[in-house]
Amino acid sequence: MKTTHKLWMGILILGVLSPIGIFFPEHFKAGDAWGEWGTQTLRELTGYIPQGLEKLSGLWNAPLPDYAFKGWEEKGLGHLSFAYIISAAVGVLLVVLAVYVLGKFLTRKGE
Amino acid sequence: MHIPDGYLGPVTSGVMYAVMLPVWAVASRMVKKTLRARQVPLLAIGAAFSFVIMMFNVPIPAGTTGHAVGAVLVAILLGPWAACIAVTVALVVQALLFGDGGITAVGANCFNMAFIEVFAGYYIYKLLSGSSPIASGRRVIAAGIAGYLALNIAALSTAIMFGIQPLLHKTANGQALYCPYGLHIAIPAMAGEHLLLFGWIEALVTGLVIKYLQKQDPALLAAGKEALR
Repeated sequence: MKTTHKLWMGILILGVLSPIGIFFPEHFKAGDAWGEWGTQTLRELTGYIPQGLEKLSGLWNAPLPDYAFKGWEEKGLGHLSFAYIISAAVGVLLVVLAVYVLGKFLTRKGE
Repeated sequence: MHIPDGYLGPVTSGVMYAVMLPVWAVASRMVKKTLRARQVPLLAIGAAFSFVIMMFNVPIPAGTTGHAVGAVLVAILLGPWAACIAVTVALVVQALLFGDGGITAVGANCFNMAFIEVFAGYYIYKLLSGSSPIASGRRVIAAGIAGYLALNIAALSTAIMFGIQPLLHKTANGQALYCPYGLHIAIPAMAGEHLLLFGWIEALVTGLVIKYLQKQDPALLAAGKEALR
């Protein structure tokens, strides 16, 4: 098998295994990444929400916030794992598509 | 390490976009000069790998989470300029689609992970591996050390961006407007967790994939060494 095919297989396996990335933090009761708290968590940490931060924090409404479907925040790990794998698939597809489009512009002609 | 919207004031966000625009322009020109059409799949694999490896959050028990970025691996395989493009694509998709990293912070996040980490890792790897043969164990170790150090340098750069916010922006009554933690908190927190845990994940990921490719396809590693400077 060609190396690139094997590497694509590797990406596929990583995508399927990606829910590990939510299981472990849940199991070990780890919180958010440092500096990536939501406004409510920040209020608990510091006693207030910085004004500028509050204004900017809602600037963008991502279609799959935190690699999950909207309204699934309270669902169990099973649902979240499913959404996580779908997110991995959608994300990888878009990344690959973007690189191929860029590649059209960024490669030498005639090769 | 993905700075969300609101944690950086307009000065830092603006300056980081201003710094990254010429970097992206140069990266595009460099890649255009060296990238062959048949290498586009490898660039796509690099960007996809960086995207998906960042989903593997690793916990510090009862603490925070973090993850590898994969930027050093991509830099070793494709050269730093192509890696800059690949990691940028991953970060932009993360911000737009998943809200992982802010829209206003795309410049800053790309500066840390697609520029600082990529170039630091690439040159540390180059320095440590020297003229050793493609399949040597020294290259695996060099890749691991480069991964560890480069992720930590990127974390430090991120911590400085967080930490200068209270110095730059305050309300009249002394409250922070953006990130509320100064350098004396941000640097020990970010540096500590990356030195302790997340840097080792980056080292492991980088070293193991290089070791695998030495066996599987040394020609691919040799191509990475020759092309795409």
